[in-house]
Amino acid sequence: MIQTALIMLAVGVFAGIAGSILGIGGGMIITPILTLGMGLNIKYAIGASIIAVIATSSGSTIAYLRDNVLNLRVAMFLEIATTTGAIVGALLTGVLDPKYLYLLFGCLLVFSGWNMYRKLRRGSEVLQRVEPDKIASKLKLNGSYFDKAEAKNIDYQVENVPAGFSVMFGAGVASGLLGIGSGAFKVMAMDTFMKMPLKPSSSTSNLMMGVTAAASATVYFFNGAILPGIAVPMALGILVGAVIGSRIMQILPARWIRIVFIPIILYIGLEMLFKGLGVHF
Amino acid sequence: MAQNKSTANEMAQVETVIGRILQVGVIFSAIVMLIGLVMFLTTGFSGYDGSYVPRRMGQILVGTWQLRPYAIMMLGVYCLILTPVLRVVVSIYAFYKERDHLYVAITTLVLFILLVALFIGING
Repeated sequence: MIQTALIMLAVGVFAGIAGSILGIGGGMIITPILTLGMGLNIKYAIGASIIAVIATSSGSTIAYLRDNVLNLRVAMFLEIATTTGAIVGALLTGVLDPKYLYLLFGCLLVFSGWNMYRKLRRGSEVLQRVEPDKIASKLKLNGSYFDKAEAKNIDYQVENVPAGFSVMFGAGVASGLLGIGSGAFKVMAMDTFMKMPLKPSSSTSNLMMGVTAAASATVYFFNGAILPGIAVPMALGILVGAVIGSRIMQILPARWIRIVFIPIILYIGLEMLFKGLGVHF
Repeated sequence: MAQNKSTANEMAQVETVIGRILQVGVIFSAIVMLIGLVMFLTTGFSGYDGSYVPRRMGQILVGTWQLRPYAIMMLGVYCLILTPVLRVVVSIYAFYKERDHLYVAITTLVLFILLVALFIGING
């Protein structure tokens, strides 16, 4: 019992650091560890993972908020899509064959990983040229943040708001259906579609994940999918890890974040594709 | 120009207050979870028969009052689930302070969607 708690605590610290640096909620990390590594029923793994998502988000948004990296308007506007998606996803559970979702999202992830690789090849993190966008201006989505690694204030504009909004809806559905934070999709919606810089994308995604996960977590909570003996030590570990991770994140150049991010996004994408195709190893 | 500056200062203050509120919320749920976990590990007893986990709100509150470790742990988890909701609530206030009516409306809509989700969770 004490051993389980200690393992969960350690897994939590690791997932918290990784999650807050990469802008992914740790859900993608936690579910494989609990099911493949510890032989836990997937229902309980998903329950623990959705709590992990909230812990990662709540633990690190505190640090981001003070540093003004976060774009609160983008977060709140897009949360209309993610929370609605999360409800649709929760209602869809059991109706739809998850196979198709795995396939679709697997493709999207692999595409996104390839896209990030292309950007990396193109050289250092520069502001992408963005056409002045009517919707973005109307919704006041353009923002600025202080980059500690480059020691300067960076103004940015966003574009392609409808496309980003649609991807966010899909991310919400995935979150409600699979009990994940789907942070990778959220970062993709902002970074790839809306052309927002990676750092504000990551920390905005982090905030949004918590809000989206709160919607599906309630369903899992009252479902009995949450085992306190597992979820509690893990959540405590994640809170500690998330605070450490958000400190590391601010001093790490964007390029490094991307280098770490690409193999993970590709790996998860392939894993999902294989799962959708029914290939087992 | 001076007006802008004072608004910016005001916003910075509001954001600091929001940060504090959230910190308190997260730390509170962490402490509740930690108390439950320590009790569970030291007594070796969850407070319930077998692997039973309380999940109705009434059960959890009564169990917490009776100092049952699993009930306290679940209470902490529930508080943690509510922290993002708290985030949305205080953001409405922040946009209101900024006189940004569009975003007061948008954020209120998000809160409404979350409440619908809570309602579905409890009844579904």
